[in-house]
Amino acid sequence: MLSYDDTVSLLPALAVAVPIVAACVLLMIGRRAPRPLVDGIAAATSAGVVAMLAVLLAHAGNGRVINWVGRWHPKNGYSVGIVLVGDEVGAGVALLAACLVLLALIYSWRYFEGVEAHYHCLMLLFLAGMVGFALTGDLFDMFVFFELMGAAAYALTGFKVEDATAVQGALNFGIINSLGAYIGLIGIGALFARVGNLTLPQLHEALAKHPPDALIVASFVAVLTAFLVKGAMVPFHFWLADAHAVAPTPVCVLFSGVMVPLGVYAVFRVYWLVFADVLPGSAVRRTFIVLGALTAVIGAVMCFAQRHFKRLLAYSTIAHVGLFLVAAGCLTESGTAGALLYVAGHAGVKSALFLLAGVMLNRYGSVDEIDLFGRGRDTRLTKWLFVIGGLALAGLPPFGTALGKAVGEEAGLSSGYEWVPVLFVAVSAVTGGAVLRVTGRVYFGLGDPPRPSDRSTSGSQEETEVPRLLPRVRITMLVPILVLLLGALALGVLPGAHEAAERAAGHFIDSAAYAKEALSGVAVHAAAVPPVGNWTLSGVLLGLLSAGLAVLCAAGALYSRRVGVWERATRGLDRGVDGLRALHSGHVGDYVAWLMTGMVALGAFVGIPLR
Amino acid sequence: MSVYAYLVAVFVLLVGAFGIVRSRNLVHAVVCLSIAQSGTYILLLAVGYQSKATPPVFGSPATKPTKAVAEPLVQAMALTDIVVSATVTALLLAIAVQIHKRHNTVDPNELAALRG
Amino acid sequence: MTRTARLLMFAVAGGLVAALLVLGVLDLPDFGASDHPYRDAAVPAAVLHKTSNVISSINFDLRALDTLGEETILLASVIGVTVLLRPASDEHEHESISGSGRLLDSTKLMGYVFLPITLMIGFLTIAHGAVTPGGGFQGGVVLGTGIHLLYVAGSYRALERARPVGVAELGEAIGAGAFACVGIAGALAAGAFLVNSLPLGAFGDLFSSGTVLLLSCAVGIEVASGVVVLLAQFLHQTVEVTEEHGQ
Repeated sequence: MLSYDDTVSLLPALAVAVPIVAACVLLMIGRRAPRPLVDGIAAATSAGVVAMLAVLLAHAGNGRVINWVGRWHPKNGYSVGIVLVGDEVGAGVALLAACLVLLALIYSWRYFEGVEAHYHCLMLLFLAGMVGFALTGDLFDMFVFFELMGAAAYALTGFKVEDATAVQGALNFGIINSLGAYIGLIGIGALFARVGNLTLPQLHEALAKHPPDALIVASFVAVLTAFLVKGAMVPFHFWLADAHAVAPTPVCVLFSGVMVPLGVYAVFRVYWLVFADVLPGSAVRRTFIVLGALTAVIGAVMCFAQRHFKRLLAYSTIAHVGLFLVAAGCLTESGTAGALLYVAGHAGVKSALFLLAGVMLNRYGSVDEIDLFGRGRDTRLTKWLFVIGGLALAGLPPFGTALGKAVGEEAGLSSGYEWVPVLFVAVSAVTGGAVLRVTGRVYFGLGDPPRPSDRSTSGSQEETEVPRLLPRVRITMLVPILVLLLGALALGVLPGAHEAAERAAGHFIDSAAYAKEALSGVAVHAAAVPPVGNWTLSGVLLGLLSAGLAVLCAAGALYSRRVGVWERATRGLDRGVDGLRALHSGHVGDYVAWLMTGMVALGAFVGIPLR
Repeated sequence: MSVYAYLVAVFVLLVGAFGIVRSRNLVHAVVCLSIAQSGTYILLLAVGYQSKATPPVFGSPATKPTKAVAEPLVQAMALTDIVVSATVTALLLAIAVQIHKRHNTVDPNELAALRG
Repeated sequence: MTRTARLLMFAVAGGLVAALLVLGVLDLPDFGASDHPYRDAAVPAAVLHKTSNVISSINFDLRALDTLGEETILLASVIGVTVLLRPASDEHEHESISGSGRLLDSTKLMGYVFLPITLMIGFLTIAHGAVTPGGGFQGGVVLGTGIHLLYVAGSYRALERARPVGVAELGEAIGAGAFACVGIAGALAAGAFLVNSLPLGAFGDLFSSGTVLLLSCAVGIEVASGVVVLLAQFLHQTVEVTEEHGQ
């Protein structure tokens, strides 16, 4: 029998409550306390949460940790309470969030020196929201923590109030995410009316094996809209570039590294537990794979077309989210495992790149590729960190991104979609190539001096985040970057990573076991996973191919004027890209219209096969 | 009409979204957002309604508890949401105030800082 | 996109979304139907913990984690407003000019009469949260906005003297922290987070329901203080902050 009440089962709840208490303490003492104390308390709290979640993850390997809050255990399979479930994926994502918050707080040591402790309070509340979102097993509770993540995120995005773009980006972010959340609440209300309860295991038990009707399809579309807005799938993605471009660098780390992947996590958590046994899998698979591929392509194209480095990284996040959706959207265990590995590797690499963008901003006062041409030629370490980051993003083995990419490609092939490896290689090559192109221009002075173009947002109006431009990289900025890159490398190198991911994925998609353990306390023993090594030959070769193509893309863009053929060929492409760019207008009304279009697409993909 | 309340809820949500789309003023857009949220309250409360049932509060001194009361969960969800969403709306309005200060306009058509 | 294109896109897509949602809504149980399984389980649970307001029982006992999350959203939003409305480097703050504006005598009278009544209603709503309709959220809003009668019927200076913003920020932190601490205390003392393990009293009494009353008061303090801080930031922006070179 599972014990619902042992000490380990307190960890999910404590991981949410402790950052809240710490934020309240900081709010009380913030006005009078010296800045190092505030920094120290915030960092110590996040370190504590990392420790709690690491212990939880270790226990989750032996079986889901289940906690009915307030001791409202289920009687006869029905409970009035809320359940927190720490399975490997949930605890893992929460741990990733806590680690990134800790590293972001170390990076922002002595950032924003004038604002009391409010920045730290918001970061800790953001952490509490992310941990709660990842660990809860109740649909309305997910909505509540979604809103908590949102409120903290909107405030953190607009933090640099003197920056005109920051406040516009924050408002676009706020309006679109909130509208998505309200649409999700409609879906939640409809499901509650049908089932009479809100916890995921009880929704599973009540809906399984019943035929789907219009209510189920409408709730599926509504609830998924909320999570896909957060997860920035096309066409819900417009807010992401605006928000990332303007938020302070440590906050961008959290957005790209874990907040956006949490949207993807929630999509599949809710799908597997609530809708997997009701809606036809083939229709849902087609939805995710088609829309995921579209997201990946649009993200990659827009990424390559940017001159504002943070916006470039934001679009590359959108592209990679498309790849995560394709991998997990195969709806198989290996696809989910690939998505997990890719999310973890991507978190390390993308966060490091954002922190490097912060270094660029705080040393030169700009993140514009064209304005900073050649400025970084005399740095010694930073330029090579950029190169490593770009290659890792493109999927160079043995980084964790390459491992996730390889497993995802394999999963796509075995689900019958032969073009998946082509998509993965192309998208990661283009996004990695964009980073390498910027590195080449800014830090090596390579390529022809660029023609200024004002078709895309310029990065030279960004406000710096420290009072004076830095002459050198601070050690508190360098250490997190190195830790993140080494972490991404370790994921691909350490033995057993793939196997652990397959095991976690198997538990994630086993909704019957989840429901049974949560509602009856009977531990369900999953089938053992056959031992599987990390790398296959094809995975390594495709990774090397992507990295090579990335270098080619960067070189092509840098020296395009010398290759006349290239110039002529890309002129037609340019017009298409311009059209795509025009759609990303910064106007919130446009974004809402696209959100409606996205809902129609979801409804069509899932509803039409049911007629 | 046993679905009228639900249709009203859907209508209010979509009207709020429409308001944001055609808005020429960001303060108006934020208020339309809170109108869209009101649609969700209408749906929640309509789902919990039972005709000829009393409120799920037994008072002090307490009346005899009975199960012929309206659904209390949706009322609990709606009331906490209303208070909290007032503050989130305030947060968005604060951003709108700063936009006005930095851009000298609150017309989304004139905000050109984030293109491409 | 041009305005026409945007409206056209919304008309088409919104229409289709409306159709989808209407079809979904037609499959909902009839409005006013009597099949509510959650209520059937929640009422006995509330009676078990001697809480005669079932809604408060859900908010502060059965699904207290949701309420922890909700009141934390409130905290985050208020901190966010404080951050976002902070005076920028190109602005300066000045004292509000007293004696400006015309105030009718009748308004002043209404203010004098209703201020104590409103505050009393706020306190009672919070304190009776476990037994009558009300609780921390509702009472907190009444309290928080009620004190602004001093601004409406008096002057900004009077309001400032009555509610120092520092005290309100402290109250907000204490209220929010207290909720989480009650939960942690339950975990340490009784082995479960947010468990209702205090003496339960008698059904319908003012001091009943254990932690429900405690959490209702914590939320009441937090919401009232939060509303005060929120309005203080907006009023400060409007009344006391101007650009360096403007008026």
